[in-house]
Amino acid sequence: MNIVVCVKYVPDAQAERTFNASDNTTDRENVDGLLSELDEYAVEEALKLAEAGEGEVTVLTVGPDSAADAIKKALQMGADKGVHVNDAAIHGSDAVATSLVLAEAIKKIGSVDLVITGMASTDGTMGVVPAMLAERLGLPAVTYASELTVDGGVATIRRDGDASTQTITATLPALVSVTDQINEPRYPSFKGIMAAKKKPVDTWSLADLGVDASQVGLDAAWTRVESFAARPPRSQGQIVTDEGDGGQKLAAFLSERKFV
Amino acid sequence: MPATRLMPTDEAAELIELTREICRKDLAPEVDGAERDHTFPEKAFRTLGRAGLLSLPYPEEFGGADQPYEVYLQVVEEIASVWMSVAVGVSVHSLTAYPLVTFGSRAQQEAHLPGMLSGDQLGAYCLSEPLAGSDIASMTTRATRSDDGTTYSLKGTKAWISHAGHADYYTTFARTADTGGRGLSTFLVPADATGLSFAAPERKMGLHCDPVAQVMFDGVTVDADRLIGEEGQGMRMALSALDAGRLGIAAAATGLAQAALDAAAAYAKERRQFGRAIAEFQGLAFLIADMEAAVTSARATYLHAARLKDAGRAFSKEAAVAKLVATDAAMKVTTDAVQVLGGAGYTQDFPLERYMREAKVTQIFEGTNQIQRLVISRQVLAG
Ligand SMILES: Cc1cc2nc3c(=O)[nH]c(=O)nc-3n(C[C@H](O)[C@H](O)[C@H](O)COP(=O)(O)OP(=O)(O)OC[C@H]3O[C@@H](n4cnc5c(N)ncnc54)[C@H](O)[C@@H]3O)c2cc1C
Repeated sequence: MNIVVCVKYVPDAQAERTFNASDNTTDRENVDGLLSELDEYAVEEALKLAEAGEGEVTVLTVGPDSAADAIKKALQMGADKGVHVNDAAIHGSDAVATSLVLAEAIKKIGSVDLVITGMASTDGTMGVVPAMLAERLGLPAVTYASELTVDGGVATIRRDGDASTQTITATLPALVSVTDQINEPRYPSFKGIMAAKKKPVDTWSLADLGVDASQVGLDAAWTRVESFAARPPRSQGQIVTDEGDGGQKLAAFLSERKFV
Repeated sequence: MPATRLMPTDEAAELIELTREICRKDLAPEVDGAERDHTFPEKAFRTLGRAGLLSLPYPEEFGGADQPYEVYLQVVEEIASVWMSVAVGVSVHSLTAYPLVTFGSRAQQEAHLPGMLSGDQLGAYCLSEPLAGSDIASMTTRATRSDDGTTYSLKGTKAWISHAGHADYYTTFARTADTGGRGLSTFLVPADATGLSFAAPERKMGLHCDPVAQVMFDGVTVDADRLIGEEGQGMRMALSALDAGRLGIAAAATGLAQAALDAAAAYAKERRQFGRAIAEFQGLAFLIADMEAAVTSARATYLHAARLKDAGRAFSKEAAVAKLVATDAAMKVTTDAVQVLGGAGYTQDFPLERYMREAKVTQIFEGTNQIQRLVISRQVLAG
């Protein structure tokens, strides 16, 4: 079974994150980045499937030079090979354009049985790319899987909702997006770190995929950030000194703000 | 502030990254509760083992990672900066394979190392005895060879043994002849050996997730091929293993001091008195500066010894210096860190009082700091 896992390189949520002043896009150059944690679940699920039977796992990312780190991490975890679509024209792309590039890359990889993605990226958190990608590839999309089994050419997922639990099947080839409930992603190991150095990574440009630059990037985006402002620093709270009337003052404070 | 590290290779830098990730995601959320409840950190060891971090300085052909001490020790330091008990456990465990890797026969190594270095097993190191601590050569645990020479029977009591009762094997030193230090030998004792039993864990001042207990050998019989090297080589093995082990303790102490410094610096920037952050008072800022100087010099000192070791040069004196400098630094830095937090530092709402308790033992085990001075002065004054 050939599995492609789509992964994203995102700014580290623990570090200071910001936008580029020139075009209001996410700054991906001057911040530490990493493989989106939500995508680690997708990688883990693919590795488990591949280990359970015959299978090859290809990790695919669309992103700048630094995004190679996301591929490296997935290879260290155990994926077999990587594909990195890297083209300056992609900068500022929205979900629509990203899904186009991913779809063309998956077509070029060829004979794919299963595409696995995370349920959303930890930076954009739109969660729409999996469905868009499936549509472009003409594949059934079974999303938000908290359990996945593949048997006899059929993928079966469990989707946990607030009121019900659904079991959904799709014939392969198919696309599955997974939640953070589906497994516990492994860490790379020292052996994995050493092995990853020898694994092949292809780097493709838009031209390699036959995608015209005018279809992607900020200019082609359906949405763009008009302006941004840093969250204002938290101001110091108001201290009520109790002079026998503390309770009344508290009640007054709350009712003034319509809490009581 | 994470320590600035110059790593010798890409893979070493990636190992540090991996260590930090495991520490942040798996160890940090567990440490406070586990230390409070005295729980054995089994899951932490398993996670580190699966990632290959329990056998870094040993040959790749037996499951290790062939990493130089310079790299292995910095991994230990990173772990210690999050969970001291686990770092000490890693250091002790690493020590347990040292005699077999350095002195064992090829056949013994092939038989035992793959298991010991697999990451699934944990080793304990049985050297100290109730009446033989600093004075190892006076140990009385005895190993008697059977008449046909096929087995040894061990009898005696070991004291202060880390992981006692949790380990999968016990690297054990015992007397095979009444010739003082020359009469000691080293055995690899499996945990399920008949006659092996453990006393209740000691009630210690700190390091609560590193249980230590007496280990009793009541006629424990092992096959003769579990004698590592030859009879009489025990003291040499113990001393050379200790040289390496001291570096592990030096690295762990450095990590502990770094953690205390980081917590103190963060607090000093937040806490306000007399209308300003206490960090703005020079009297306090200089305390922080001295802590930074102590941590940085401790790190430099153990790395110097490690690089000598990695280059195959003599490093025994430098290892003793590193152990002395780093553990004294840890004691001073953790004590001062409590001072920086004032009353808060003295409470269990912050980890500083724990760090201070944990630092104390580093001046005691793997050779007390008096013994380190003995090692250093003898070498400086020799010849
Ligand atoms: C938490 C913990 C974990 C441990 N883990 C292990 C383990 O896994 N395996 C193991 O084998 N051991 C272990 N030990 C034992 C440890 O190595 C010994 O406690 C240590 O070597 C000191 O021996 P002692 O306690 O008998 O002290 P003593 O040797 O009785 O020393 C008492 C005091 O006398 C001083 N002193 C002794 N001789 C001299 C001298 N010649 N000159 C000047 N001063 C001297 C010492 O410095 C010390 O201050 C552990 C100990 C602790 C506390």
